[in-house]
Amino acid sequence: MDSKLAVQGVYKVFGGDPREALERIKRGEDKDTIFAETGLTVGVADASFSVEEGEVFVVMGLSGSGKSTMVRMLNRLIEPSAGSITLNGRDITRMSRKELIAVRRRSISMVFQSFALMPHQTVLQNTAFGLNVSGMKREEREKRAMEALDAVGLKANADSYPDELSGGMKQRVGLARALATDPEILLMDEAFSALDPLIRTEMQDELLRLQSEQARTVVFITHDLDEAMRVGDRIAIMEGGRVVQIGTPDEIVRAPANDYVRSFFRGVDVSHVFTAGDIARRDQLTVVERSGMRLRAALSRLDQSGRQVAVVNDRARVLQGVVTVDSIAQQLESSVGGKDGDIESAFIDDPPILASTPLTDIMTRVAESPWPVPVVDDEGHYVGAISRATLLLTLDRQDPEASEEEASHGA
Amino acid sequence: MARELPIGEYVSDGVDFLLDHAQGLFDGIAAGIEFVSGNLTDLLQATPIWAVFAVLAGLGLWRVGWRFALFVLVALYVILGMDLWEQTMDTLGLVLAATLVALGIGLPSGVAMAKSDIVAAVVRPVLDFMQTLPAFVYLIPAVLFFGLGEVPGTIATVIFSMPPAVRLMNLGIRHVPVENVEAGRAFGCNGAQLLFKVELPLAMPSIMAGVNQTIMLALSMVVIASMIGAGGLGNTVLTGIQRLDVGLGFEGGLGVVILAIILDRLTQSFGSRSTADSPLSRLKSLFSRGSEESSKG
Repeated sequence: MDSKLAVQGVYKVFGGDPREALERIKRGEDKDTIFAETGLTVGVADASFSVEEGEVFVVMGLSGSGKSTMVRMLNRLIEPSAGSITLNGRDITRMSRKELIAVRRRSISMVFQSFALMPHQTVLQNTAFGLNVSGMKREEREKRAMEALDAVGLKANADSYPDELSGGMKQRVGLARALATDPEILLMDEAFSALDPLIRTEMQDELLRLQSEQARTVVFITHDLDEAMRVGDRIAIMEGGRVVQIGTPDEIVRAPANDYVRSFFRGVDVSHVFTAGDIARRDQLTVVERSGMRLRAALSRLDQSGRQVAVVNDRARVLQGVVTVDSIAQQLESSVGGKDGDIESAFIDDPPILASTPLTDIMTRVAESPWPVPVVDDEGHYVGAISRATLLLTLDRQDPEASEEEASHGA
Repeated sequence: MARELPIGEYVSDGVDFLLDHAQGLFDGIAAGIEFVSGNLTDLLQATPIWAVFAVLAGLGLWRVGWRFALFVLVALYVILGMDLWEQTMDTLGLVLAATLVALGIGLPSGVAMAKSDIVAAVVRPVLDFMQTLPAFVYLIPAVLFFGLGEVPGTIATVIFSMPPAVRLMNLGIRHVPVENVEAGRAFGCNGAQLLFKVELPLAMPSIMAGVNQTIMLALSMVVIASMIGAGGLGNTVLTGIQRLDVGLGFEGGLGVVILAIILDRLTQSFGSRSTADSPLSRLKSLFSRGSEESSKG
């Protein structure tokens, strides 16, 4: 009851009587065998998940994985063969036609991959479509449609026709149409997939902006991992009609459930998934506890470890500064008669990176720094350091098993 | 020698049976058709000639362009000059009545076909029959059922001209993009709303192509229908043939062609997307880019 939308053991079988296929699925037969032996196509098998109020829940999978079928069962554009889908505790699958139409008009709206605007209507009329269908008076619905258009920045185009708009603008209209009915749940079926990459990013930002203004419950379908990572609070990954993993983006990146999930990350840019804290390592720099440490002592510590750079912490592990062999030597030379001084005098100007910074934002810094860059958490505690090598390894992250496989195939 | 399949005998037996037992039905149909086509023809005959000129030219100016309007004026003058005005109005009345009846039956049938595969499977061979059976073949039973005159002519024309309206309505609705239909349903359309707010508007170009084809086929049927006394321009052509009067035949034929061109261009213009424009903006664009308007008759 806590969840906004709960999907429990939902199946969809296409073509004829689903019972036989349902039994076979329960016996553990796979999709292809069932199709070969019965001619029935399993669209979705035993899908369960719940979507919390105000979150963007992404359903991701390759084509044929059942994700589009899944989303269409949520508003029963496709009738589920078995299972329950509850919205606010009410089972959608058991609703009468009349109740279902009421839910579609008030509670759930949808954005389509190919926009699906009505070519004979203006942008304003398109936006007001859902309100029009539910019988709202013209004046009132046009006022609300205008507000929705304003929210997506298309107020000026209200009187245009869809064929006068670019792809990105059309999908803004699609979004406005879905928002105009002020739904509790927004279904987005590959909503940005038909747009070119630049516009797609722009639309993702638009969605994130709208979410930051008013957090709606969104079910977002995509085949694109980057997109899923950007917009999703949680991601469900579907394969062959089954949900194979559900988790937050970094849970999934860090611990993929199987090879199928892992395969998504090949060639995928993980730099905005990981933060500096994720890849900082303790063994990159020599650590010096500050109390009483003098310059000569620090120098000998560095000599012993064979490193050029050391970080200096206080007792509570709060980072105080960074010294290098050169900075210490310089300090010793310049001081009168080679007199030993406090280690602070040799601190170089090299501010640490915050652990929460995404990798995208630290690349230049790490690449240009001659030594590993120290990372601290919000309280200033030393977390570790990132070397150029670490960064490159992370960005070039290959599935180790797959590389081994490739290697053995090559041999 | 007895044939194994005396289909012809079955058919004439069937016609006899219907004549004996269903005369009331045919009288009813005849009365209905008579009402539509009789009133339409009377109306057209009663309309002053200048009003027909004005209405057709005005429609041409609004929907197509000034050059087409000019063509309409000249073409109608030619008909008037050939002294075929009455026959032309008869034919126009017959064509419009047949088209109205054909669309009245055909468009709903097309919707039913699009909505149900079973209906589609049943109706399709009937349409094939209507379109390909030589028209003379059903002129005979039409005369038997309805006698000679305008009514059987209209009915024969209806049968011949209805199929494209049915087919293109069916095709148009079936070809409405799946996502648009899904969008309609997803936003809570009931069956009627889906049809009138999504499917019919999106199928409109196809539907108008069907209407256009129906009118064209109806026109091409007028000569044949005149053989059973439908009158109009077809009669002129038929007289020309019977008397071997090439000139008279040509005049009648020219009248048919002129009507065809006018009706074709006008109905086509309603199929294009520009229906969304208001008449006023249409008029404005007419003057601003009048030279670009293609309105070649």
